Amino acid sequence: MSLGFHDLLGLEPLTAAQIEFLLDQSKPFQKFNAQPLKKLATLRGRTVVLAFFEASTRTRVSFATAAARLGADAMNLQAEASSLRKGESMLDTVATLDAMKPDLFVMRHSSSGAPHMVADLLEIPVINAGDGWHEHPTQGLLDALTMRDRKGRLDLNVTILGDIQHSRVARSNINLLTKFGARITLCGPAMWLPKELEQLGPTIHREPDFARALEDADVVLALRVQKERLHEPSLPLEDYILLYQLTPARLKRAKPDAIVLHPGPMNRGLEIDPAVADGPQSCVLEQVTNGLAVRMALLFLMLGGAAIVDAPTILSEAARG
Amino acid sequence: MLLIKHGRVLDPASRTDDTLDVLLDGDRIVRVGKALSISSGADVLDASGLCVAPGFIDIHCHLREPGFELSETIESGLRAAARGGFTAVCPMANTRPVNDNASITRAILNRARELGGVRVWPIGAASKEQKGEGLAEIGGMKDAGIVAVSDDGRPIATAKLLRQVMEYCGALGLTVIDHCEDASLFAGNVMREGRRSTELGLPGMPAQTESVCVARDIQICELTGARLHVAHLSVRPSLDLVREAKRKGLPVTCEVTPHHLTLCDDDVQYDSHFKMNPPLAAREDREALIAGLTDGTVDAIATDHAPHAAHLKQVEFDCAPFGVTGFETALPLALTDLVHTGRVPLLRVVELFTTGPARVLGSVSPAAGTRAITEGAPADLTLFSLDREWTYHTRDTASLSRNTPFDGRTFRGAVAATIVAGKVVWQT
Repeated sequence: MSLGFHDLLGLEPLTAAQIEFLLDQSKPFQKFNAQPLKKLATLRGRTVVLAFFEASTRTRVSFATAAARLGADAMNLQAEASSLRKGESMLDTVATLDAMKPDLFVMRHSSSGAPHMVADLLEIPVINAGDGWHEHPTQGLLDALTMRDRKGRLDLNVTILGDIQHSRVARSNINLLTKFGARITLCGPAMWLPKELEQLGPTIHREPDFARALEDADVVLALRVQKERLHEPSLPLEDYILLYQLTPARLKRAKPDAIVLHPGPMNRGLEIDPAVADGPQSCVLEQVTNGLAVRMALLFLMLGGAAIVDAPTILSEAARG
Repeated sequence: MLLIKHGRVLDPASRTDDTLDVLLDGDRIVRVGKALSISSGADVLDASGLCVAPGFIDIHCHLREPGFELSETIESGLRAAARGGFTAVCPMANTRPVNDNASITRAILNRARELGGVRVWPIGAASKEQKGEGLAEIGGMKDAGIVAVSDDGRPIATAKLLRQVMEYCGALGLTVIDHCEDASLFAGNVMREGRRSTELGLPGMPAQTESVCVARDIQICELTGARLHVAHLSVRPSLDLVREAKRKGLPVTCEVTPHHLTLCDDDVQYDSHFKMNPPLAAREDREALIAGLTDGTVDAIATDHAPHAAHLKQVEFDCAPFGVTGFETALPLALTDLVHTGRVPLLRVVELFTTGPARVLGSVSPAAGTRAITEGAPADLTLFSLDREWTYHTRDTASLSRNTPFDGRTFRGAVAATIVAGKVVWQT
């Protein structure tokens, strides 16, 4: 089996089988990253562009680390430091980077659909590292890997909390999980919970009542509240905390073995109680570890690596140095 | 003299649909009848297999000159209009500088006169620089030749200003055209709110962004009794309000664009050629608009031809300006998607391009009473083939801009010739 796609712009167009394959291929890299020696030569000589037109820390560092551990070089572009401020168009900036002959293009952008325009322009593969409110496919994959590792399956009861409307993390999770028959409950302030969200898949429903939304959940995904969103429509922070903060008492409504995910960075004390963030059900740091494995698998496969049959292959290559 | 022979004459004014010959002399139609004999010296245009309609009027377009000549000029815009079968077009006032005084109006008209093809009937700004504060020099512009007023590109800012503009224009006999939109619901959004905007993660505005303002405008129309025309109406709630206003006898008219009649928000891609304002509406809205064409609620089809140079449109969806070109695809879209599908009768479509828009402009405009195929009427005619199949390519456009979602679209029906004041200004 091979990837079956050229660009990873979102999870919506992928099949369940393609997603399973990607998750399977991430497994050897999880093991690899647990080794003391963490450098492969597999992608030596390859160049990966990391074009972040919107600020990012963890996703950018994760991709950079993934590239480095595979032996690839990274070309970094951060919008703040770029010519965009001088009025250059995004496509001109992209064409300029492409003229330096990189092999793969990772990008984040605040406009939904910007990576689709770039993918139309470029011959090399493009990975969407988050576009506007649309998708953040590698986040969806790392969340799924975490769920599958912990629960052994993906047809779970998943509750997503917070600002669903403006969340690319929510959309990627919805687009992935619905392919596996997961039952998704969305909960948050009504203005961030438009009814059309239920049309994104057959097993999605909105539940405005926080306690009810958590009932029977296998997975609770708390989204980051972007503080700038609170100004529009000026929702009082105190109200959000009162009605929608994930607290230990509320988490009791979920299944006893439910896991808690958060895409980070967390606003402790806003969307999540520190006792939950640091509690036994939290998988927040495991998500970060899994993110690296998923991104390594993607870079490896998208740059033409053959599917890895078993973990020892990659481990023995690492041993060879 | 020009004799147009064997054409299928479609004249909405007299409900004529018959094979007739039409004889033009100078800028007038001089005879209409069966098998007219040719006096020597007349040129003959064989219109066998073609429809012959009164000259089409586009009451809503943007020619971008002065100020935005990289996107369009009066010359290129009128060439595109001629290819689309339009014999007269009404450019909106949002040029730079804004057409808010007689000198700009005259400059536009002088340029059009030099070019000598399609007629230009300018629309003046309602407020100075379209800023929504003081009134523009409407009287002076009327003197210079405007046919209506509008702050198009944005709504007339306040109910108070709208009242003043309508009272003033009512007395002058000018129609007030409003781009209806509630600024607070509109702000920051780039498409219609719904399933598709949710899928794409693009900020959406509800249908009420438009209808809230339509409701306001109709109230002010009732207050002043002056003529109100709703530009590019796109959603069912607005249409219902106009239908109700008409039922009450208020002087309210409205137009819809070809793209709102043929596309909906489900068609939107991450491609700014699908970004226009008002945005593509829901499928149900589109169905309601088509019903509005047949039940008489809609008065005109208008293109809202809005050219933007490629570099302006080839940016992130949310950064791109709103608007699509429309002259060259308007009639082909209407024939393909409305007439050939059996949804709207052919004569009604012709009416929506001719007598409909002429009535919107009112009885003191230069359009009044001119859209007819009768002896003495102006020799402005649009000839088209009902059945010719062809594919539209933007590389062939006469416009300086190519921002249309219809590149590569195959049509059934095509413009064959555009005749203005007895002269063929474009022919296939």
